[in-house]
Amino acid sequence: MAESNLDLTKFSAGLDALESGSSRKRSPIASLLNFIAPALAVLLVILIWQLVVFLKFKPDYILPTPTQVWGSLQNEWQQGVLWDSATNSLRRGLQGFAIAILIATPIGLALGLNKMARTIFRPILTGLQQLPSVAWVPASIIWFGLSNTTIYAVVLLGAVPSIANGLISGIDQIPRIYLKVGKVLGATNLISIRHIVLPAAWPGYLSGLEQGWAFAWRSLMAAELIAVSPALGPGLGQMLDKGRQLGDMSLVLASIISIMLIGVLIERVFFAPIRERTLRNRGLG
Amino acid sequence: MSNTHAADLALELKELTKQYGSNQPKVLDGLNLNVKQGELISILGASGCGKSTLLNILSDLDSKSSGELRVNEKTTLIFQEQSLMPWLSAGKNIELALLINKVPKKMRKERAQELLELVHLGSSFDKRPHELSGGMKQRVAIARALAQERKILLMDEPFAALDAITRDFLHEELISIWQRTGITIIFVTHNVREAVRLGQRVLLMSSKPGRFLKEWVVDIPEPRRIDSPAVSQLAREITDDLRLEISRHG
Repeated sequence: MAESNLDLTKFSAGLDALESGSSRKRSPIASLLNFIAPALAVLLVILIWQLVVFLKFKPDYILPTPTQVWGSLQNEWQQGVLWDSATNSLRRGLQGFAIAILIATPIGLALGLNKMARTIFRPILTGLQQLPSVAWVPASIIWFGLSNTTIYAVVLLGAVPSIANGLISGIDQIPRIYLKVGKVLGATNLISIRHIVLPAAWPGYLSGLEQGWAFAWRSLMAAELIAVSPALGPGLGQMLDKGRQLGDMSLVLASIISIMLIGVLIERVFFAPIRERTLRNRGLG
Repeated sequence: MSNTHAADLALELKELTKQYGSNQPKVLDGLNLNVKQGELISILGASGCGKSTLLNILSDLDSKSSGELRVNEKTTLIFQEQSLMPWLSAGKNIELALLINKVPKKMRKERAQELLELVHLGSSFDKRPHELSGGMKQRVAIARALAQERKILLMDEPFAALDAITRDFLHEELISIWQRTGITIIFVTHNVREAVRLGQRVLLMSSKPGRFLKEWVVDIPEPRRIDSPAVSQLAREITDDLRLEISRHG
């Protein structure tokens, strides 16, 4: 009996070793290439830009060189304007995004779990998502004046529908088996939401959060661009508008590049690692 | 049958019927069954015989239409498809069952490890479901079901998607768990040899509507082998009846 037990243990160990897949690791060269290749693409765009300038299609006050734009960036940096504008915008964006998550999550959960609530309210949510949130800027200025409230209102109207809709699709895509397992395990509604529904819906929710951030950032720039007032303090949108008013194309491009860079930065340092880890953990990456 | 006391029964069905609408055909039609505590019975049937519906009713995922159903102990169910939460490791999947079963937090990890060792997966605590083979996933699912400490284990074709070698091994595992824990097991399958290999009794179910047609007491001592002459002979006899039943639908 003891001997046959031992056999079973050894047999199962052998079977498991043969049948389970070993997890592949990405080679360091591949990781390096993933970093270098996009950098080369950016370099290529700058080279083409420089080439177009050399061909003198347009005077340089309309199409400045990359070096002139770099000079503008340095100039704004030395005056402290770039740092103040970027940090101020980023702080507004992140605060607005955080508030948007707090508002959108209960909405998404309620509409994801309750068919009736969804039928009634989802068209409104989708309508809000389709509407470019810049359309709310004039209304917000009339309601709230040139204040931070205006800016946050526009950011929220941009981000909340995306996050809520992402969570709803995430809940829709949960394979039925996990909910059945939850019932068989005897999970109460609260435990089921916390330990089964939310983690199972997480990939969709995460997409919603990523899209929500992109919308929050865009809406913020639109609001900053239109709602310019000394009371609001500096921001990248305001910096862009200053460039337009001065007819300073270098400053305009410098502002645009800063706005893009911050968007990419947040995506890379915040969302990309979370997304990669989620996919890897679930065997999807 | 008549001398069995009701107290010894794990579950009783009397004329259990399931119909999804008054103008729909009956899925289950007048099922009668007594299962004793600690018994391992196989329910055998072709596709569409309502085996899964029966298990869903026994585990409260579905409701009966008429008849009597007395489930004296709590049930748990193991599915055919992979049912582990993909965002949790093998060990954490079991810990989730323990959490729901109100096992104190500090005891969960140790208990989960013990259960993994019971199914010979002691070194796989941190493995994610996608890193496990089909057989290993089903063993974790069994360990998770055992974590619930329910007295009745319902199994819905749990080994159907596995290769023959792995399935053989899991039959041995299941029998050893059954002998050690003394739980009641209702094992549903469409594989005749598997039904004979595992069950103390084999019940043959008809399709459309699902009824119990015939019952065999399997009097072959453990350790049984699926390829032994005794198992093969009974399996052949039962297969003849199953084929006859399937031919009726042609």
